[in-house]
Amino acid sequence: MIKANLQLDAKGLACPMPIVKTKKAITDLEEGQVLEVQATDKGSKADLAAWASSVGHQYLGTVEEGDVFYHYIRKGSSEPEVEKTFEHTVSLNEIESRDGLILDVREEAEYAFGHIEGAKSIPLGELESRLEELNKEQEIYVVCRTGKRSDMAAQILAKNGFTKVYNVLPGMTEWNGKLTKEV
Amino acid sequence: MTVYKWTAAEVARKVIDKEELFILDVRNHDAFEDWKIEGHKFEYLNIPYFELIDGVEEILPKLPTDKEVLVVCAKEGSSVMVAEMLSEAGREVAYLEGGMKSWSSYLEPIKVSDLENGGEIYQFVRLGKGCLSYMVISEGEAAIIDAVRFTDVFTNFAKEKGVEIKHVFDTHLHADHISGGRHIAAATGATYYLPPKDATEVVFDYTPLTDGLNIKIGASQIDVNAFYSPGHTIGSTSFIIDNQFLLTGDILFIDSIGRPDLAGLAEDWVDDLRETLYSRYRELAEDLVVLPAHFMIIDELNEDGTVARRLGDLFKENHGLNIEDEDEFRRTVTDHLPPQPNAYQQIRQVNMGKITPDNDEQTEMEIGPNRCAVR
Repeated sequence: MIKANLQLDAKGLACPMPIVKTKKAITDLEEGQVLEVQATDKGSKADLAAWASSVGHQYLGTVEEGDVFYHYIRKGSSEPEVEKTFEHTVSLNEIESRDGLILDVREEAEYAFGHIEGAKSIPLGELESRLEELNKEQEIYVVCRTGKRSDMAAQILAKNGFTKVYNVLPGMTEWNGKLTKEV
Repeated sequence: MTVYKWTAAEVARKVIDKEELFILDVRNHDAFEDWKIEGHKFEYLNIPYFELIDGVEEILPKLPTDKEVLVVCAKEGSSVMVAEMLSEAGREVAYLEGGMKSWSSYLEPIKVSDLENGGEIYQFVRLGKGCLSYMVISEGEAAIIDAVRFTDVFTNFAKEKGVEIKHVFDTHLHADHISGGRHIAAATGATYYLPPKDATEVVFDYTPLTDGLNIKIGASQIDVNAFYSPGHTIGSTSFIIDNQFLLTGDILFIDSIGRPDLAGLAEDWVDDLRETLYSRYRELAEDLVVLPAHFMIIDELNEDGTVARRLGDLFKENHGLNIEDEDEFRRTVTDHLPPQPNAYQQIRQVNMGKITPDNDEQTEMEIGPNRCAVR
């Protein structure tokens, strides 16, 4: 099961109701959180993806189980792009050839629908409580979708005594290599 | 204001009568780009319904007030929502009952011509998909050629005309739409014919449709002559009916020719296609009227809504019949082909009887434009 912050049951509903309900449900989420929409309407997949991109949410993907579609959407941000401040960075196309750990700090659902092979998943929100899973002696390349969350994650790591930390720029939106999926 | 409900039949009339209509298509952009309701004088605005959930005020200035407005979506639900919102905003609009799904299924029967001794030939125009089926009737008997899967339309039409369906033909194993042929035959006791070279993998019984097969319809003995014309498929067979009409199946269309690649054998079949179009058809009388199994664009419709053209005219006007150089012809029909029709491989499997999807799945497979031709 893919982790989501909120589930919406839109099973048995015909178009336009799955989207009408999704639109309403997503207002209850914080920015960056993930909504799972359960629907049986076959058209819901294309429509949700198109709707999400038109309003700035991120459509992550769909899992089909029997007659039910499980769609995952991450709520978009209305905040303006903030300046990235972590000084050590590494370019996305270099990290595969380097020897450290790729740390993917996106939400689990984003990770599930496609990540770099071998990358470890710790969502930004869980990072401070899971620091013991990481090795201070190893180089850590922190990646997210656009470089914003990874910038914050790199700062958290530095504050906690990690010295070999790099923010990966740009983020996964520019990744053209192979994607590993967990769905 | 009132919200009107239009049927696909009413929209079809507007297409054929070349009336004006403003279509507000509320499907998403990809779906609209892929296919839409085509009309000679139709205008379009495509705004996905999910951009209108909070209100329609922004699009009001874009909708004409001096013209009928029809709201269209995939299945109906969203168009009802948008039509009601427009109505509350003071606009008089209609929505399409059943949406594009019903448009894709609708058949308009149009009489092509009278035949000798009181016979008649009808063309069933499937405007939403570009499929053309035929019924030849004469004194109590009927033959059907290239029936689409809505078998009721044909059986009811036969009942209305008081004729018994005796023969059902498919000119070839179709890849772009699901055939209703063998189901009509099973329901009426008619004989179902299929070219044996296309039928090597089928899992049902059929009567071989071979070169030179001659069938007489009704007491007036309307002549139906089979004529082997491979190229779109290896079995593709044409018909000459009443010495007046040439049913070309998917070999020759009004403004294009058949594509040889839908069974994965373009290179093998291109020579057959050339031979059929440049030799076999050339030996026929130029006054024969070509009745194809498809049309591609709405401009191919005649004034009365039929799709039919004199063979001699096509020899002059159809680009695909005027490529002198054989290599250029080969390139034209094997390179740069349009995208293959939606689910064409599954559709072939259905037509072979290998899989039997339910009605909804069949609808899904057939959705989208027709792409059987090379221009």
